[in-house]
Amino acid sequence: MNPFNYSAEQLQAAALDVRRDIITMLVEAKSGHTGGPLSCTDFATALSFRYLNHKPSEPHWTDRDFLFYSIGHVTPVNYSLLAECGYFPLKDLMTFRKLNSRLQGHPHRLDTPGIEISSGSLGQGLSIACGVAKGSKIDKHPRRVFCIMGDGELQEGSCWEAVMFAGHYHLDNLGVIVDYNKRQIDGEVPKIMDVAPLADKWRAFNWQVLEIDGNDMQQILAAYDEMLRHRDRPMVIIAHTTMGKGVSFMEGKAEWHGKPPTMEQGEQALQELGTTYAEWSSRLLAG
Amino acid sequence: MLKELTKLEMKKTREGFGHGLVDLGEKDERIVVLAADVTDSVNAGFFARRFPERFVQMGIAEQNMATVATGLSLVGKIPFYSTYSVFSTCRCMDQIRISICYSNANVKICGAHGGISVGQDGATHQAMEDIAMMRSLPNMKVIVPCDYWQSKRATMAAAYIDGPVFIRFGREAVPTLTDESTPFEFGKGVVLRDGGDVAIIACGVMVYEALVAAEVLGKQGIDCRVINLHTIKPIDRDLIIRAARECGAIVTAEEHQVYGGMGSAVAEVLVSHAPVPQEFVAVMDCFGQSGQPDELLRAYGLKSEDIIAAVKRVLKRK
Repeated sequence: MNPFNYSAEQLQAAALDVRRDIITMLVEAKSGHTGGPLSCTDFATALSFRYLNHKPSEPHWTDRDFLFYSIGHVTPVNYSLLAECGYFPLKDLMTFRKLNSRLQGHPHRLDTPGIEISSGSLGQGLSIACGVAKGSKIDKHPRRVFCIMGDGELQEGSCWEAVMFAGHYHLDNLGVIVDYNKRQIDGEVPKIMDVAPLADKWRAFNWQVLEIDGNDMQQILAAYDEMLRHRDRPMVIIAHTTMGKGVSFMEGKAEWHGKPPTMEQGEQALQELGTTYAEWSSRLLAG
Repeated sequence: MLKELTKLEMKKTREGFGHGLVDLGEKDERIVVLAADVTDSVNAGFFARRFPERFVQMGIAEQNMATVATGLSLVGKIPFYSTYSVFSTCRCMDQIRISICYSNANVKICGAHGGISVGQDGATHQAMEDIAMMRSLPNMKVIVPCDYWQSKRATMAAAYIDGPVFIRFGREAVPTLTDESTPFEFGKGVVLRDGGDVAIIACGVMVYEALVAAEVLGKQGIDCRVINLHTIKPIDRDLIIRAARECGAIVTAEEHQVYGGMGSAVAEVLVSHAPVPQEFVAVMDCFGQSGQPDELLRAYGLKSEDIIAAVKRVLKRK
């Protein structure tokens, strides 16, 4: 059971808070990735607040589901959700990327409650998720394993070793969400090194495939419901998303992959999200 | 105690690994073994046939193997992943660095076919950089056992050493210096022969060559201490410092590149705590080639004669 079990409306409200967290912590850190965290926000929020079987007060609870962010660089959304769920205080978000913070630029298992594995080098998370899924099969444990991957990440060959493994062993306890925002640091994914046709590739490796608008909460919920019903093979949700979703001047722009907003840009972004830097940073520092 | 060096039983270290896994599997449900297509070649097949439900065939995908093993460790398994050492280390170095070492995951990395004595497969299959690479990583532990029994015992010990461990085995049968009752103490080198003129510190197959060299040198009046430094990380600093202070000269011998291996690890201890002359018996910054194992050891300067020559050089510098 998910401890929150939010409705679609509550999830949309939570996702708005997460976007405010992301912008605020990036402005404070003056460093970090903006575009990917914002494109992931909706489906990641739904996982943490509706589907994932976890206990924020007991991060190592042995019967938990596992969630891996194979794209380590989306720490702003990952950390925001952990804090909003109660794994650690909200005020820690204001220490992101600073010396001696528990919130490293890329996630570190030994530093942060709720981080299952250190990551940041792409193309490793799905393999680790496969190991957890296979180990759970050996133990006949009913847990679910989720893995969030990037589209650019799928250019790493090691991803496909893991895709092949999961298909071969029928790991139906494993679900992947690909954040298909079609942008990477150097530009547009189809121009840099095209990963399409994605659905055909995954199907060829014996996966069940769903394609959705990954920024539409109704479609997200329908896809997760289907994932949890489904048995006999692993499932991937190819989530078509918009990089920088929610902030008009960031949407669809590859330049926002790896840079933070300035204070001025942050204020503009937070205004679009219905708050101000002063208001939201005070909320975080008080939490 | 040492038996007569010419009459030792010949056994493979990789078989010690395979038998160690089976013994572990019998007593501990958490043990799982992964292999990447060369299952029988690395003797993981002993375990695979005994415990098929706890064996994971990975196919030829070493990067995935290292990280699937990491995932298995997260749900309480004690995974041993195995293939030739060139593939279990170099091929997936980034996975080992980030997913295993940075996370301090409880993964055991097993490298068969270490060193030039792999033989006719040639340079691609002769792991001679693996010790250097593995010991450079924080949280990693490195063990290079000298014979069958030590390989078996080290394998069994590794299961209960918390965090990442790399164990390196060889391909060929080598003289059995220890027996079933010889204890294996992780992190503690073993003095196999006492002596006060020079200390020869060796690991793996070179321990036997060191003992042969010491025997020959003994007849020439040179009193050699021989140390089996089976654990390279964490290194047995006290034993090395004592050898340096009492003998005044050190020779290291390993089936590995001269840069970054066991000899370098010993030198790091010496220069900081007890600087004495040291000579290196190792592969001198080059790739190997095809050939019979013994021919190769001779061609690349890894035989007892080479240790004897190194001892004579170091004694002149004492």
